[in-house]
Amino acid sequence: MHFRTIFALAIKEFLALLRDKRSRFVIIVPPIIQLLVFSFAASYDLNDVPVAIYNEDRGGAARELVSRIEGSPNFQIIAYIDSDSDVAPLIDNRDVLLVLHIGQHFSADLIQGTSAPLLAILDGRNSNTAMVAMNYLRSILLDYNRSWLESQGNIGPQVTLQTRAWYNENLQSRWFIVPGIVGLLILVVTLLVTALSVAREREAGTFDQLLVTPLRPLEILIGKAIPGIVIGLLEATLIIVLMVIFFDIPLRGSLGALYLGILLFLLSAVGVGLMISAIAVTQQQAVLGAFLFLVPAVILSGFSTPIANMPQFVQWLTYLDPLRYFLVVVRGVMLEGNGYALLINQYWPMAIIGVVTLALAGWLFRHRMY
Amino acid sequence: MSSLARMRLWGMIRKESLQILRDPSSIAIAFVMPVVLLFLFGYGVSLDAKHIPVGIVIEQPDSATQSLVGAFERSEFFRPLHFDAIQTAQQALDEREIEGIVWLRNNFSARLLSGHEAPIGVIINGVDSNQANITQGYIQGTWLAWLGHYAESRGQPRAMPVSLEQRVWFNAALSSRLFLVPGLIAIIMTLIGSLLTAMVVAREWERGTMEALMVTPLHRGEILAGKLIPYFVLGMGGMLFSVALAVWQFDVPLRGSFWLLMLSSALFMLVALAIGLLISIVSKNQFVAGQLAIIVTFLPAFILSGFLFDIHSMPGWIQLITHLVPARYFVAILQTLFLAGDVWPVVLANMGALLIILLFFFTLVWRKFRKRLE
Repeated sequence: MHFRTIFALAIKEFLALLRDKRSRFVIIVPPIIQLLVFSFAASYDLNDVPVAIYNEDRGGAARELVSRIEGSPNFQIIAYIDSDSDVAPLIDNRDVLLVLHIGQHFSADLIQGTSAPLLAILDGRNSNTAMVAMNYLRSILLDYNRSWLESQGNIGPQVTLQTRAWYNENLQSRWFIVPGIVGLLILVVTLLVTALSVAREREAGTFDQLLVTPLRPLEILIGKAIPGIVIGLLEATLIIVLMVIFFDIPLRGSLGALYLGILLFLLSAVGVGLMISAIAVTQQQAVLGAFLFLVPAVILSGFSTPIANMPQFVQWLTYLDPLRYFLVVVRGVMLEGNGYALLINQYWPMAIIGVVTLALAGWLFRHRMY
Repeated sequence: MSSLARMRLWGMIRKESLQILRDPSSIAIAFVMPVVLLFLFGYGVSLDAKHIPVGIVIEQPDSATQSLVGAFERSEFFRPLHFDAIQTAQQALDEREIEGIVWLRNNFSARLLSGHEAPIGVIINGVDSNQANITQGYIQGTWLAWLGHYAESRGQPRAMPVSLEQRVWFNAALSSRLFLVPGLIAIIMTLIGSLLTAMVVAREWERGTMEALMVTPLHRGEILAGKLIPYFVLGMGGMLFSVALAVWQFDVPLRGSFWLLMLSSALFMLVALAIGLLISIVSKNQFVAGQLAIIVTFLPAFILSGFLFDIHSMPGWIQLITHLVPARYFVAILQTLFLAGDVWPVVLANMGALLIILLFFFTLVWRKFRKRLE
């Protein structure tokens, strides 16, 4: 193994990448802007959900309920309506997400002790948002019921739920999503840096020249992999620092466990990138190939939707996705405070994906000639 | 248009079409990508949790605790696993074997019967907060239902005098597939329109064939039209294909008018193409064009379009930024046309916004694209 020549090749790769001002710019600036924008944007939590109240009841109980909704930070009442025909336009035009209908006999029923029904009409165009809004409304009603019973001195069975959430005590969506964005961003940058590296030389014809140098394929592979890993490491560090400072995401576990994960993840990302690059004939094919990998990799990783909800067949597919393991590592270290031992099952699959894809890429260097 | 000009334009379109057909990766992104994405989203991705593994710890089993456990076992939302002690359950939670714990302490029944407050301990893994909220909601629902039965069976007053009935319009079964699949069409079209065009035109700059085009008698408009038309056809083909899959394969209803859908898609396709062209003109290099296309079109279409995350709940300054993301308007149109029908105020307002964006980007492309060497 010739370390000097590998080193020289790596330097050449860095120069090819960073020589151009615009290339330098797209590697550094957009990921930071994206981290800032996406981290604020990507949240399933809702605030100021626009609601309309359709109250046909003049009683005090209904008034009390409405004032509770008014006081909730989750809801914002933007209309009071008084006929059935007003409901459809408000929902159809997306002016409100939810209409709460309080029937004529609501207060009377409540006082009589019979069941007092309420009707919530929701816009189901985004069913997740509708469900989250419904949960907020339910918890307001739960409190309302409890204080109504207390005010009546009317005590049923006293069974209460005492709920505690571990690791993300206030159940903030941001704590879950922002660490995921780290994985997403470094995957995008590393994949593109490496996917284009061989394809660019193929297109320019310099790759054939590289193959006839005394460098062995393994050495070319290492030289080509180094820039991706170095850039990925720097970017990951920058993003993690910003994440802890700007978004107050806790870093509870060991940095060593986190960096081992980052390193293995980068290894697998670089492997996939080089493999795509070795298959592609042109840069266009390389970028599109990177994309054909990237999009399913993000979707199947559990970044935004849980893997456990996927059908069994798709769950098997996720085992091929390095991002899947990395997300468990980042979230595990940052939020749950995991160390090496609990993450071992995430480390080795990434290592295997990395080694296999790199080996394939090296083989393709030699065996794909045009 | 004179016959000569028509011939020139036709020749240009022919050249671009051949270029598309020769490179399998263009076809892949137009037809393979939609299939892969739609199948993944249609069958794979779901926000609807079922059979959530929860640990149940009962320190002193008796009839009262048994009826509560029965409620959890009957629910389709849970897959209860029994643990003898809270410590082992907590360890399983740490190892991600279970999502939550329901814990009845040994004095639960005694306190319940004596009329004292009897708390049920619930611990949830909060890392995935959305999932945790859903789990918590299901646990609450199961507990409330049990409480109602329990109170009734002992002739006690209703635990919950106010009951809430829900009616969800457009998607009564709350199936997340119905809103994810239409939203995906916007993402697929962004990919075809912006990424593919940006790469292809950047390649012409990089290889110098753009200069060769410039010395021909072709006008600026002819070169642009020649580039746009074949990709427009390709993109609309991918779009039609995705709509067909959505409707026939995934049973997403198309409640609005098909022609309105085509019209708004054509408008969005043109916006995506204009952005792709602009990126290629600005970058003139395939690496930069690829990166920029992903960063300014694909990722915003994924995160800032309202496809997955609710725009209304984002901070004010980000809501302002989302107005610059064309996919935002298209996702609103798609979700409305597919699920709600022809709601004119929504469709027209969003199409108007797309039209303004289109004019803006075309003006920019027109100004930046000069037949001139640097």
